[in-house]
Amino acid sequence: MTRKNVLDWAFEIYQDLDFGAARAWLDASPGRKAAGYLPVYAPREIIRAAGMLPVGIHGGGERLEIIKGDAFYQSYICHLPRSVVELAESRRLAFLSAMLFPATCDVIRNLSGVWQLLYPQIYVRYLDLPQVPEPEIAASFWREELETLTRDLGEVSGTPATTESLREAIAAFNEARALVRELYRARREAPWRLPTEELYVLMRAGEVVPLEEFIEKMRAYLAATESEPGRVLDRARVVVVGAFCEQPPLGLVKTIERAGCFIVDDDFLLGNRMIEGDIPLDGDPLDNLARAFTRHAVKTSTLYEGDPEGKHRLLREKVAVARADGIIFAAASFCDPALLDRPMLRAGAEKAGIPCIAFQFAENTGQFQQFREQAGTFADSIKLWGGA
Amino acid sequence: MADEEKDRSMELQKEMLAEHFRRLEAAPETGEPVVYTFVPGNLTELVRSFGALPVLPEINALQSAMRGKSQAYIAAAEKAGHSEDVCSYVKCDIGMSKAGNIGPTGTRLPKPDLLLLSYTGCFTFMKWFELLREEYHCPTVFLQIPYQGDGTETPAQRAYVARQIRETLIPALEKATGRRYDEEKLRESLALSAAAEDDLVAVLQSAKKTPSPIDAYFGAVYYVGPIFSAFRGTPEGAAYYRTLRQEVEQRAARGEGPATPAGRLDRQKYRLVVEGPPNWTHFREFWRMFAEEGAVVVASTYSKVGGTYDFGFRHDPADPLGTLADYCSGCYTNLNLPSRVAMIEAYVKQYNADGFLIHSVKSCNSFSAGQLPILREVERRTGVPGAFIESDLVDARYFSAANLKNRLESYFQMLEARRAGAAAV
Repeated sequence: MTRKNVLDWAFEIYQDLDFGAARAWLDASPGRKAAGYLPVYAPREIIRAAGMLPVGIHGGGERLEIIKGDAFYQSYICHLPRSVVELAESRRLAFLSAMLFPATCDVIRNLSGVWQLLYPQIYVRYLDLPQVPEPEIAASFWREELETLTRDLGEVSGTPATTESLREAIAAFNEARALVRELYRARREAPWRLPTEELYVLMRAGEVVPLEEFIEKMRAYLAATESEPGRVLDRARVVVVGAFCEQPPLGLVKTIERAGCFIVDDDFLLGNRMIEGDIPLDGDPLDNLARAFTRHAVKTSTLYEGDPEGKHRLLREKVAVARADGIIFAAASFCDPALLDRPMLRAGAEKAGIPCIAFQFAENTGQFQQFREQAGTFADSIKLWGGA
Repeated sequence: MADEEKDRSMELQKEMLAEHFRRLEAAPETGEPVVYTFVPGNLTELVRSFGALPVLPEINALQSAMRGKSQAYIAAAEKAGHSEDVCSYVKCDIGMSKAGNIGPTGTRLPKPDLLLLSYTGCFTFMKWFELLREEYHCPTVFLQIPYQGDGTETPAQRAYVARQIRETLIPALEKATGRRYDEEKLRESLALSAAAEDDLVAVLQSAKKTPSPIDAYFGAVYYVGPIFSAFRGTPEGAAYYRTLRQEVEQRAARGEGPATPAGRLDRQKYRLVVEGPPNWTHFREFWRMFAEEGAVVVASTYSKVGGTYDFGFRHDPADPLGTLADYCSGCYTNLNLPSRVAMIEAYVKQYNADGFLIHSVKSCNSFSAGQLPILREVERRTGVPGAFIESDLVDARYFSAANLKNRLESYFQMLEARRAGAAAV
């Protein structure tokens, strides 16, 4: 399979607002069911263990015309919930039997209530992620939540999860996460081989297809980047921070890279690598899932930082690992977690002498000239003078 | 007579607040420990049982706005890199801190000995105290209150909160104050809370009468002040609510309405239920827009943000930690949207409301996200017409008096026309 084959496949899925790939999986066998989840993190292992297809709902991007969604949200609320409601009101999400709303922010939390009001026939669950810094207390609470979710999804699917099916699901997601890590590592090493616009659509496709298919495509893409390495280019290496929930339009990702930057780390679609490392397969699977999250979740704006120095250190560490030259803070407009975190993160980075720029986007932003100029100037300043 | 009685409760509250801020100012000298925490999910009885004085940043922000100080604080925070898009309470508080932490009453607020991050019904709280921690460099203790996503507090959620209080919060308070946990003292305080809660509920439910002796939104802001801030579980708090209840009952017996910026509102043309917090930068001007039209608010959700008592909850001295968990869980913004709709529906019906109004604020997604579907659902269930107006908490840039007045007048005209139509049938 060539790079082009993989990318054509991924791009078609990325573009498809009717979730044809997920619907095809459902149609392939009677009785199959799917569960949607909003950003950032949902324990997809439990969905899979209940025999269901996990489907990431990341909004409609710039491709969806909002007709009804604006009637649900005021102008000062981010764009994501209105496009998600638009998808639902246009029956594009009618194939989902369940919807999970993680504790990302108050907008996503309240969207769970909107779903309860609008679609009472759908199973809706707010995933109240553990936030307390004491891992044992957090894990004990989260395990209870996972147990409830496991039981409920079993009832929705008619195929209750077993210890074996949970272990199988954990193993499958371990494999997927390892490949995602490998792709991110490869991009850090040679970003000209894995342009982020390609990596992004591949990751995005992985949100809506069966895991086996995603794993196969990641393997093929990784192999293609070895056999088709591309031309070595010298650009400013940047970390992009703040787009962990509402996703940037693909045009923005392309604009950043075409303006003279290589994105060498980002938090797009962060849920697919929220847990660092493999989750153990021995012992109680729910315990393992709970402990993995409370001990090995990546640090991000949606989770409480117990270490007073943590926010200041976070981007210094990310930049060091990625060998980046600078940071682009790219948050969705009205995104509370990203925008409230930014002063702390930026202060830590700038104290360490790391150049930073910041801008805001919406998933349906269609004009990129301003971003091109900002990113281009930023890249030039890094390359010409070693800093912004 | 009526004015003297009204004045007594207001005077009491003024004296209580003045004394509280005086003690706060003197805290660095007297050694009284200081704990910053939030209104929803505040554990005042517990904090005070350690001899600590609570500081509520939202109260400081709203009082700064009422005194015309918030805009400069917000500007200072935005200059320091805070986005225009985020909560103006946070920016007001950060700006106040950077300006020397002079509180709204003009006295200096002490630095906290402990930040008690009661994570109840608002995501922004978490970021707020992460930011404040950078200003004060003091210990922070995190208390997670699970959201009532399914409309109830489950036994596991209750146990989770009680465990956190027992295993992390109490040790943190012991360390910050140098005092041991005294459960008996906490029980005594909780009993005082329950008595005050009885009186507060009687006050709020007096609005079922016609005319209503209270305004349950603008007026209730003053009524809930002591119980939402530093005085729940204190003798002076309990005394305040006894006095307030007597005043309101006497006012009701005389058939009088509440005092408003437009005078006493005896002739009440419209009875409204209001959802959402008020605007604080133009509080009296906003209230006047209602009062001049003869509109009285008979029930509001904002007056439940620091505790929902009118559906039966009372602090229970027999189960100190469990009852604190129940209290936190039941705060209004910790309820899911169907529960909020059910509450508003109950208010519209029980308080015989003519209309239902949402005041949506730019700053607060915990309230604002989902209010439009709430509006439609409440209208569907009650048949009572709703209206939607927008401004902000403490950022005056988002308060457009002409626009609000225009929308309110149109709404009242519609209610009038509807009433006339119903009479004609």
